[in-house]
Amino acid sequence: MTVKQLSVFVENRPGRLCAVTETLAEAGINIRAVSIADTKDFGIMRIIVNDTDKAVAALKEKGFIASAANVLAVIADDKPGSMASIMKTLYNDNISVEYMYAAFINKEKDSACLILRVDNNEKAETALTEAGCKLLTESELSEI
Amino acid sequence: MAGKYWNEKIETMELSEMKKLQSERLVKQVKHVWDNVPYYKKKMEEKGITPDDIKGIDDLHKLPFLSKADLRDSYPYGLLAAPLSDCVRIQSTSGTTGKRVVSFYTQNDVDLWENCVARAIVAAGGTKDDVVQVAYGYGLFTGGAGLHGGSHKVGCLTLPMSSGNTERQIQFMMDLGSTILCCTPSYAAYIGETLAEMGYTPDDIKLKAGIFGAEPWTEEMRQQIEKSLGIKAYDIYGLTETSGPGVAFECEEQHGMHINEDHFIAEIIDPDTGEVLPEGSKGELVFTSITKEAFPLLRYRTRDICVLSREKCSCGRTLVKMTKPMGRSDDMLIIKGVNVFPSQIETVLIKDFKAAPNYQIIVDRIGTTDTFEIKVELSDDMFSDTIKDVVTLEKKLSADIQQILGIKAKITLVEPKSIPRSEGKAVRVIDKRKLV
Repeated sequence: MTVKQLSVFVENRPGRLCAVTETLAEAGINIRAVSIADTKDFGIMRIIVNDTDKAVAALKEKGFIASAANVLAVIADDKPGSMASIMKTLYNDNISVEYMYAAFINKEKDSACLILRVDNNEKAETALTEAGCKLLTESELSEI
Repeated sequence: MAGKYWNEKIETMELSEMKKLQSERLVKQVKHVWDNVPYYKKKMEEKGITPDDIKGIDDLHKLPFLSKADLRDSYPYGLLAAPLSDCVRIQSTSGTTGKRVVSFYTQNDVDLWENCVARAIVAAGGTKDDVVQVAYGYGLFTGGAGLHGGSHKVGCLTLPMSSGNTERQIQFMMDLGSTILCCTPSYAAYIGETLAEMGYTPDDIKLKAGIFGAEPWTEEMRQQIEKSLGIKAYDIYGLTETSGPGVAFECEEQHGMHINEDHFIAEIIDPDTGEVLPEGSKGELVFTSITKEAFPLLRYRTRDICVLSREKCSCGRTLVKMTKPMGRSDDMLIIKGVNVFPSQIETVLIKDFKAAPNYQIIVDRIGTTDTFEIKVELSDDMFSDTIKDVVTLEKKLSADIQQILGIKAKITLVEPKSIPRSEGKAVRVIDKRKLV
């Protein structure tokens, strides 16, 4: 029950983010979540889109380094403590979070969506499902 | 009174007499090499010549050239002309096997080398009353060993500091009253900057001269070093293949370097045709060692481009002068005093990534220090969605480059096709230092 995430290598110089997002726009790709991890010289842009394979192809066509990775999209209640309980669940099962960020997806009015990259997807899926968390599937994601 | 020359007879010898001396030594040397170096003998045979064809320096052009490729093919003992048991020393350049030069010395070879350096020290105003601070690296590198030996020959008090630990260098300089500094020009400039940062002026130290070499430097840099340290800065030239620093040196005129031509015959050739060019032409410098016993290279192509001149020098020396090298006839770069070939970097990239990605070497000089950056175009299999993986890759590359070259490079990963190409071929080296 993972979703696909698009990752793009972006050099740290003016105009690169513009070039990436324009390429996605031209391919008719809708962005559902985005985060950038940056170092001094480059960044890695991670994006949840409505069609990851098409996005990867469009970016590669333009000469970008892009790849797809499987991540978890967790639906959480939009209230204090819900993120803490997700983290506790993962911590209890000794699962490491590599990175995470929020998505612009609101399935219901009082929920939020968290994109999680962990070191063991299967283990995290089991732990979170058992803890009563809702994980989005690829098809659910594309329907929202 | 201390003399103006270390070896007046040689250093002021009439040209005709010098040519006679060179001829005698050359004839003897060719015989020595023919008898002891099968590798070179074969080269001579291929050209259809024997030692009988070499009757003096006018016949020098008949001899075959030696190049770095010959050194590689014959590594390590193939060009050795003396029994190993007669050798007392080796010195070497940095670099990978194949690019590394290992030179052998008998005791006589060490003596002649040190005497050549002694001439340079005396030309820079050195006498036995001087305190010589050697801040070249010690070890296999010829810089430390060469200046150290030359300083001993002159009878100077020698401080074997080696390079690095700049505040300690300055402390010793003050406490022991160093009068002559020997190191790379960029390190001299750095010492000058540090001196000022520590709140001192040139009046606080006793330095009067500096002998700087092993890397290219400009007149502007000379002026800057002279000002920051309150000294006269002299250039010294040499290469491990011929012995080390001291093949040529600057005198008080500070305009061109006198070649110790009683030991090394210099020629200028067209790098493309190998044809010997007349005096005053710009071309590739070729050296023939006529006195070395263990590692006597005949017609060795240095790949350094320069001009020779026999114009009368105000210092009284008659030794031929060479200009500072104006460039290279191969792709070798000298960065922070270290010889760097782009192919060495390619080797590391192939090892780390299985295939060589596109890369570009960017060398610049910020202030007086060389900067060395390698841009590498990222490929799909080098990429990961986590920063950790990409940074690990970057660090591994940086460590491997340092391992093979001995100097650190800044690694910058860039997007594919972002390195400019001319006619489809990537531009491998951008040297922004204006050294010529």
